Amino acid sequence: MRLLTHNMLLSNIKGVTNGFPLLIEVEKVIEKPVDFNPDFLKNMFLKADWKALVDASRSLGYAELPEETPESSAIDSDDFLRKFHHALLELHLEEGALVCPETERKFPVTKGIPNMLLHEDEV
Amino acid sequence: MKLKQLESLLGDLQQFSNPKVELEQYPTGPHIASRLLYTAENSFGDVSNKVVADFGCGCGTLGAAAALLGAEQVLAFDIDTESLELASENAEELELDINFVQCDISNLVWRGQIVDTVVMNPPFGTRKKGVDMDFLCVALKVASQAVYSLHKTSTRDHVRRAALRDFNASSAEVLCELQFDVPQLYKFHKKKEVNIAVDLWRFVPKRNQGKVL
Repeated sequence: MRLLTHNMLLSNIKGVTNGFPLLIEVEKVIEKPVDFNPDFLKNMFLKADWKALVDASRSLGYAELPEETPESSAIDSDDFLRKFHHALLELHLEEGALVCPETERKFPVTKGIPNMLLHEDEV
Repeated sequence: MKLKQLESLLGDLQQFSNPKVELEQYPTGPHIASRLLYTAENSFGDVSNKVVADFGCGCGTLGAAAALLGAEQVLAFDIDTESLELASENAEELELDINFVQCDISNLVWRGQIVDTVVMNPPFGTRKKGVDMDFLCVALKVASQAVYSLHKTSTRDHVRRAALRDFNASSAEVLCELQFDVPQLYKFHKKKEVNIAVDLWRFVPKRNQGKVL
């Protein structure tokens, strides 16, 4: 599961008011190269939740993204875009779990696929 | 990529070996899948360089087609573990990098406007009544640009009304009518093959302004 996906997923358990972002429990992280597309990244920069991305990337062992949300001029920097690209698209949580920030319920991630299926009492 | 080439590549994908009738698992044939994505890309530019989501991906045909036509990122959702395994194998076979998520679309909660286009061949609601509308409702919340979906022609008026009146669509257009050939997959199927008339729809959501859904 790459962080692009994590940046959009929320805990969908009944009654949870703030299910974003999901915390990450890591068992296995892998890196897979992806073609660098600056136009796509500039578009994503406007839509991504920065704090969620930074925290998630640090959970996966990548500490190159700045904590504070960068100014929009940051996207003019090739260096910045490459770090953003790496964090958003090239890091994968292969095994582990996503954790609901409110209930601490774990959604397992197996072979890179998060399982967001709810139990009967959570719907 | 030419339509014929796309159709041919999709024809090599593995289909369900043990389809589950309660989930209405029917493969989206390469004929329909290739035309759906080809139209989305060539008539509307809704695929290449976009983030495309395949709802109820099954064996992954629509998602694969989107990736082959140049989608920047493809997300594929399904409720069934075996389908996701199959879809993963199919993606690997075609060397496609697809993001899979296991979930029930009816209770999917999703943030923001990252997904541009949703493509889907949803269950028709013959087993779980209303599930086709659940899929459409969520698709119109998730997609920021367009939703492409297949629904039985017999439900055309109902679908249009629901989309425009209840699900926040600014437009709902039937692009064409297709024949969905349903092979004899299940024990209760009496005929060798049946053709069902389906509409290929294109819906445009009203702007959501990036709220959490």
